[in-house]
Amino acid sequence: MSAVLVLVEHVDGEADRLSREALVLAASVASRTGGDVEAVLIGAGAADAARGLVAHGVRTAHVVTDARLSAYAPAAWAAALVELIDARGPAAAIAAGSDRGNEVLAHVAARTGRPMAANVVDIIVGDPWRLTRQRWAGSLLEDAELDADVHLMTIAPHVVPVDEASPSTGSPPLTLDHQPTIADRDLVVHVTGQEAPAAGSISLTDARVVVGGGRGVGSSEAFATLEELAALLGGAVGGSRVVTSNGWRPHSDQIGQTGLRIAPDLYIACGISGAIQHIVGCKAAKRILAINTDPDSPIMGVADYAVIGDLHQVVPAISAEIRRRAPA
Amino acid sequence: MEILVCVKRVPATGGRISLTADGQEIDIRYLGFTVSPHEECAVEEAVRIVEAQGGSSSVLTLGHAAAQDQLRDAMAIGIDRAILLETDGREFDPVATAAAIVEAVRAQEAAHGPFDLILFGNEAADTGDFQVGIRVAVALDRPVINGVKSLTVGGGRAAAKREAPTGGWETYDVPLPAVVSVKEGLNLPRYPSIPGRLRAKRKEIERVEPAWSSSGPTKVGLRLPEEQGAQVEILGRGPEAAPAVVDLLARIGVLPL
Repeated sequence: MSAVLVLVEHVDGEADRLSREALVLAASVASRTGGDVEAVLIGAGAADAARGLVAHGVRTAHVVTDARLSAYAPAAWAAALVELIDARGPAAAIAAGSDRGNEVLAHVAARTGRPMAANVVDIIVGDPWRLTRQRWAGSLLEDAELDADVHLMTIAPHVVPVDEASPSTGSPPLTLDHQPTIADRDLVVHVTGQEAPAAGSISLTDARVVVGGGRGVGSSEAFATLEELAALLGGAVGGSRVVTSNGWRPHSDQIGQTGLRIAPDLYIACGISGAIQHIVGCKAAKRILAINTDPDSPIMGVADYAVIGDLHQVVPAISAEIRRRAPA
Repeated sequence: MEILVCVKRVPATGGRISLTADGQEIDIRYLGFTVSPHEECAVEEAVRIVEAQGGSSSVLTLGHAAAQDQLRDAMAIGIDRAILLETDGREFDPVATAAAIVEAVRAQEAAHGPFDLILFGNEAADTGDFQVGIRVAVALDRPVINGVKSLTVGGGRAAAKREAPTGGWETYDVPLPAVVSVKEGLNLPRYPSIPGRLRAKRKEIERVEPAWSSSGPTKVGLRLPEEQGAQVEILGRGPEAAPAVVDLLARIGVLPL
């Protein structure tokens, strides 16, 4: 009867997508350990986000509200989570495989001397627990055993399907306020300021359509046609590692192992050959349309649709066709 | 500034990964080796800081004797010294890796004085454990910032930026000594010069035998993910395919008409 604790990250009073994915896998673990999923939410908006978790099968939410935690502080967040682990004795403590989820759980692991498995995609509860996790950002899978009293794991992004339409039945989760004991040394590292993204920009991780460019685009200037298509579709523009290493796009636009993982409804890959380091960043897209002169390039192995041709002619032709059909 | 950079030798996988017959390792017969792009940026950053502010830089790796190639690559672009925690090639889990690095840091600091800054790549390219830098920092009781794409050190402090979860940037500012894990995009690493390579070739590499231990996760085996198996549907050739593409966009509901 051991619980499963899940660190739930939240924005504007709602659990974020990767945390909801983690909750799905946590629920399947909890059904095997015979306990409940208990969410842990930290910082401003935590109580609001906790109420919304009824739709995700959460019955108990630990809400950590301490003024000193309003700015993200990884060691302090970990200290609060360690206190709850000590108090609840869960079978597992799980977080999303996000920057913060991996970071906080690694702090928990380091502070408590436990092993931790990052970017897990499957868990078999047994003796010991058997899990599958991503290596090489998901180009390779590792089957591993994790032997610990509390199993510390983060869940790989965009692997677990989330049922967005699950109805909010039943009463909201029981919300328990937790007042953490935080040492000053755990607050040394904290967010001291924010710089907002450029006004009106659509983030690559949120966009429904992403237009990606690769070596075939050829120059910074040639991205203008990709920008035009993205603007017509309300989407965002990204690129492969070649593109950011050549300075054609800023590094923050890189899709792939050392950049972003995206999961749009449609990814339009223009002049991208499809190295595995890029594919791991875009394979969670619902559909991939490749535009490439080479019908044998590796991108065709993961694409759902393709146009064989030069992106410098094909992309403007698509934009023109969209405009032609637009109501006057 | 005294700076230590920790790197990891990994196969340079390009098109696709193949495994050995027993599924325990990547088949490296036809592969070269490198360090991750994150770590190339960590090495470059250490060299730039020492160039600007003086001091010295060291590079450390844990791995097989062949990992001295990656140490020499780092020295070729300007790192001063190298330490190899030489293993028999078997995999160290993240707990054991961090413990070996902590022990080496303590020994280096006892012999040469403290490091102001210890740099890591945000995660190893191969195992992707996302924890070694943090374990080292916690064991040494030093502040640690992860995912750093902009770093300024001076006046006994490190100021850093990383991408915020909802877009834009978040800033950090911590006292030194500190541990910083960096991401590609921090800088544009230089290529080594020929004289740099020759200098690096002649340099001594300090060798230490680290203690192996096992805490997990314990590898059972590796496998390739199942292919998504989608058969690609060719919509057409050249710009004449545009109407078919826009039909598709309309069908899947991404056309804002």
